Amino acid sequence: MKLKTGPGYLILLLLVPLLFLYAFNLPVVQEADDPQELIVKGAENNPFSEENETCLRCHGEQKYELTDPVTGMVVRRPMSGSYYIDRDVFYQSVHWSFACLDCHLADYGEYPHALSLRFEPPYNCLDCHGYDETYARYKFEDIETEHLKSAHYTQTNGEFSCWNCHNPHSYQVLAREGKDIFEVVRNSNNMCLVCHGDPFKFGLVSDIEPTEIISTHNWLPNQRLHFKAVRCIDCHTEINDSLLVSHNMRPAEEAVKGCVSCHSSNSILMGTLYKYEAKESRREYGFVNSAIIRNNSYVIGANRSKLMNYGSLLIFGLTLGAVLVHTFFRIRFSKKHHNE
Amino acid sequence: MSEKYYFYPRWIRVWHTLNAILCLMLIVSGISLQYSDTDAPVINFQAAIGIHNFAGVALTFNYMIFFVGNLLTENGRNYLMRRKGLRDRLWKQLRYYAYGFFRGEKAPFPVGKERKFNPLQQISYVIVMYAAIPLLFLTGWALLFPEFILKKFLGFSGIFLSAQLHIAMGFLVSVFLVIHLYVSTMGRTPLSNFRSMIDGWQEAH
Repeated sequence: MKLKTGPGYLILLLLVPLLFLYAFNLPVVQEADDPQELIVKGAENNPFSEENETCLRCHGEQKYELTDPVTGMVVRRPMSGSYYIDRDVFYQSVHWSFACLDCHLADYGEYPHALSLRFEPPYNCLDCHGYDETYARYKFEDIETEHLKSAHYTQTNGEFSCWNCHNPHSYQVLAREGKDIFEVVRNSNNMCLVCHGDPFKFGLVSDIEPTEIISTHNWLPNQRLHFKAVRCIDCHTEINDSLLVSHNMRPAEEAVKGCVSCHSSNSILMGTLYKYEAKESRREYGFVNSAIIRNNSYVIGANRSKLMNYGSLLIFGLTLGAVLVHTFFRIRFSKKHHNE
Repeated sequence: MSEKYYFYPRWIRVWHTLNAILCLMLIVSGISLQYSDTDAPVINFQAAIGIHNFAGVALTFNYMIFFVGNLLTENGRNYLMRRKGLRDRLWKQLRYYAYGFFRGEKAPFPVGKERKFNPLQQISYVIVMYAAIPLLFLTGWALLFPEFILKKFLGFSGIFLSAQLHIAMGFLVSVFLVIHLYVSTMGRTPLSNFRSMIDGWQEAH
């Protein structure tokens, strides 16, 4: 019996791995924890956690008790969202090791809080981090300069502060620690959506009519994927080469809208979303856009490495070279045969 | 006058012509997308996406003509290879292309009533038509609907893997096209094989 190999074997061979890729939900390989994460955050490692409970007894709960000093009557009231502090989130944030009274006036230690305390301006980032060598690498001063030029500041009569985006009780550094890019994107976009995804909260900081995020981005192909893979600020800020994250938010009409701005070998994402990764991986591997490749993300056009470029050119060159050499000999031998 | 064989009935010629046009559209738009450059675009990015998507979808339907046609007609027989002695046959054909052809030797596997493709053609057509092209449109369709692709597969992004596979297969088909066009000039005359794709009759060589 003759053994015949047909295309059927090949199809089976190819379809099996593809089925795995598209149909079966195989266990996901978990990424190893960041080995540089040496500082263990958490309430148990904060020496002020007991002291903080004086505040969190009310501000750490969704409801608090209010006692009438004359009648002794006790009522339960809901804690306003803007004054509620989630303990778990706070003790994992950048300010996890602080005592409440490090930033809030000591008078807050008294309850009920005096009305005069409401007139005390809260600290902003520069009050602690500005003009200090310890924090020089974060360039808070440049961030402040950018912020003062941004639509956030100019279109809110200067009422918009760092805290509107960076809640000091929950803020975490992700991009700078080289965390998973999708986590960085999710966190960054959530910051924007707190106001831009909620007309009521948007109205708290702006008198401008809020826009509907989904419909205003209908022009964007694969919208959901774009929202998961790219930060709002990558298109809505003016790129600043000296800052890791640009803070100059531009008005909507100035946003990046051309596909090739990101989908090209000169992708702006290398100067925004992948800036930190690009700096690290370029030094390490020397690939053109290896930051994106290492992140396992895919951006059409920008996702090329020098190795792939040169490899494909070499194979194409060899193919064309072989064709040319073959053509040369064909002509030569055909003349020879003709003469014979 | 050499013997002629009616190897390419109308359905094969229509399929082959469409396949050639669509593959060319896909290669040009694909290169434009992959090497997109703000300063020197081959085709405008958005236009390239439109062309690539249209041609990709059309290629899938066109492939069905080939696949079903090969199942239902005798043409499918040409893609079946005998495993025994395959390596020797491939070597003989390769040697002929690289050496014997120039010395005026007779082709080791000449076109005949029972043989439409030589072993090298056979294996390359099987790899391209039953592996590279299906992989291309499967990964292409997946990339058209990326939400259905697994988020992670063996630690890699599913979209990333699909895209890399798509690009690699696209590259393979591009290289094949160059070789296919060149080998097509090696018929009885440089144009005879091209003519056979118009009238359906292939001259023996």
